[in-house]
Amino acid sequence: MNLKSLYKFAISMLVPLFLFGLWWYMAIQIKNPVILPEVGEVFRLLFNPMTNLISMGSLVSNIIVSLVRVIVGYCLAVLIAIPMGILMGYYSLVYNLLNNFVGLFRPIPPLAWVPLVLAWFGVSSLATLIGLEQGQWYIYLNNVKLSMIFIIFIGAFFPILTSSIYGVHSVNKTLIDSALVLGAEGGEIFRKILLPAAAPSIVNGMRTGLGVAWMCLVAAEMLPGSLSGVGYLITHAYTIARTDIVIAGMISIGLVGALLDYLFRLVEDKKFGWQRLAR
Amino acid sequence: MNKDIIKVKNIDKTFVTEKGQSIHALQGVSLEIRNNDFVCLVGPSGCGKSTLLRIIAGLERASAGTVVFQGQPVTKPDKRLGMVFQEYSLLPWRTVADNVALGLEFAKKPIRERRKVSKRFLDLVGLADFATSYPYELSGGMRQRVAIARALANDPDVLLMDEPFGALDAHTRILLQRELLRIWEANRKTIVFVTHSVDEAIYLADRIMVMSKGPGKIRDIININMARPRNRANPLYGQLSARILDMLEEEVQGDLPLLEQKVSNIV
Ligand SMILES: Nc1ncnc2c1ncn2[C@@H]1O[C@H](COP(=O)(O)OP(=O)(O)OP(=O)(O)O)[C@@H](O)[C@H]1O
Ligand SMILES: [Mg+2]
Repeated sequence: MNLKSLYKFAISMLVPLFLFGLWWYMAIQIKNPVILPEVGEVFRLLFNPMTNLISMGSLVSNIIVSLVRVIVGYCLAVLIAIPMGILMGYYSLVYNLLNNFVGLFRPIPPLAWVPLVLAWFGVSSLATLIGLEQGQWYIYLNNVKLSMIFIIFIGAFFPILTSSIYGVHSVNKTLIDSALVLGAEGGEIFRKILLPAAAPSIVNGMRTGLGVAWMCLVAAEMLPGSLSGVGYLITHAYTIARTDIVIAGMISIGLVGALLDYLFRLVEDKKFGWQRLAR
Repeated sequence: MNKDIIKVKNIDKTFVTEKGQSIHALQGVSLEIRNNDFVCLVGPSGCGKSTLLRIIAGLERASAGTVVFQGQPVTKPDKRLGMVFQEYSLLPWRTVADNVALGLEFAKKPIRERRKVSKRFLDLVGLADFATSYPYELSGGMRQRVAIARALANDPDVLLMDEPFGALDAHTRILLQRELLRIWEANRKTIVFVTHSVDEAIYLADRIMVMSKGPGKIRDIININMARPRNRANPLYGQLSARILDMLEEEVQGDLPLLEQKVSNIV
């Protein structure tokens, strides 16, 4: 690390350090772990992520459960939103057909779906869906409730859809024309022009979508039938006044979210450098 | 065998904008382009040169009239009708060499041939050293040369070129004019070339078509009967140039009062 990046690192650490200092000081002043536990308490939980918390499994196992839920709902959103967005971006007929529908549903916050979703899916899970009723796999799959998947799906769906439409829509028409005069057929226009040109925007939407999906998680895990996951850990710890676990859970959610975002950015920088540098 | 490779018959084009405004861009344009002809199109900005080229290329539908290419009406793009666009048209995520080989890729040619051909045409436009660069690493004029190499690499019968040398410096421009003539003579291509430069048109063309504006039509066709390579010091060169410039001046005359008005408004 050279001096300049050391300096940058030091600058970026100033605000967090100040906040930790404040927390430290306030906790000692307040002397009430329900309102504000001490920094050390929370960090002890964070640095021992494998220990069993209030008989609900460890921090890590809960994070993994949450990740699986997010990934299932998110992948579903990716699989539907990207093709739909590309079609809407390219064919004005499809766009006109679906645009009002999309415009109507997009402003509805994922949480507003909860009552409907419960009425539709109740406590059925992936295990119910494939008719599994016992065994090790049942335990795993039963953790992934359809209601949660739906909430996460809704959260991730619209950012991905919107940016896919936009990505295809804003492809320079001359690029398509120049491929056409060079003899490209319909499929090649899609694969070799539209997709690569729209990819940066689509991946950007996927990144935003993953962020939103992760944020919807806590809401999804508050639903009935949920017995694990960081979101559940937080709500459950709250009911028994374990604020230290609440904060540790919040910090883990933040860290995992930031990590996912970072991984996406890495891919973006590597694959789509041309976009940043063009012009 | 038909001597006219392209016949443009009574083309009319009206654009309807998103706001519902209609713009009459071309009116009753007819012209024939003979096989191995080098035709230059000159005319004031906005007279429909690009539109005419796009209609010939099959990228745009005429409101009325037809374009016939080798006896067949043009209804969609055809790789025998190559085009170099006025605006930026390279794929920014591909290297220069991969951009040049794009047409060969669509033709499912093997990678070795694609490499070979793209190298040959990059050599031709003097950009062999930039094969692995990306378009954003090139200057505007270099990008345009890549676009020319890309069109040539596809080996079309007709090359439609929309102000391809507009962004080049005078020296490179003259070099590429010569190169283009050489390619044209060696490969028996037919070229339709749009330019703003009367000098360039006289240097290159067998025939110059002067267009007029509002709506665009062919105003005059001038045969250039000078032997190539043409000498810019030839008095005939100057006479032709003066004659065409006069025509163009008449064309934009109508715009001038408007322009003066605007200027006085600003002042
Ligand atoms: N897609 C379009 N929609 C609406 N109007 C258009 C469209 N394309 C061109 N026009 C109009 O048609 C006319 C001719 O445009 P065109 O681009 O063919 O001119 P040009 O002769 O190539 O001009 P320049 O020399 O500036 O490139 C212009 O008035 C332009 O506004
Ligand atoms: Mg033009």
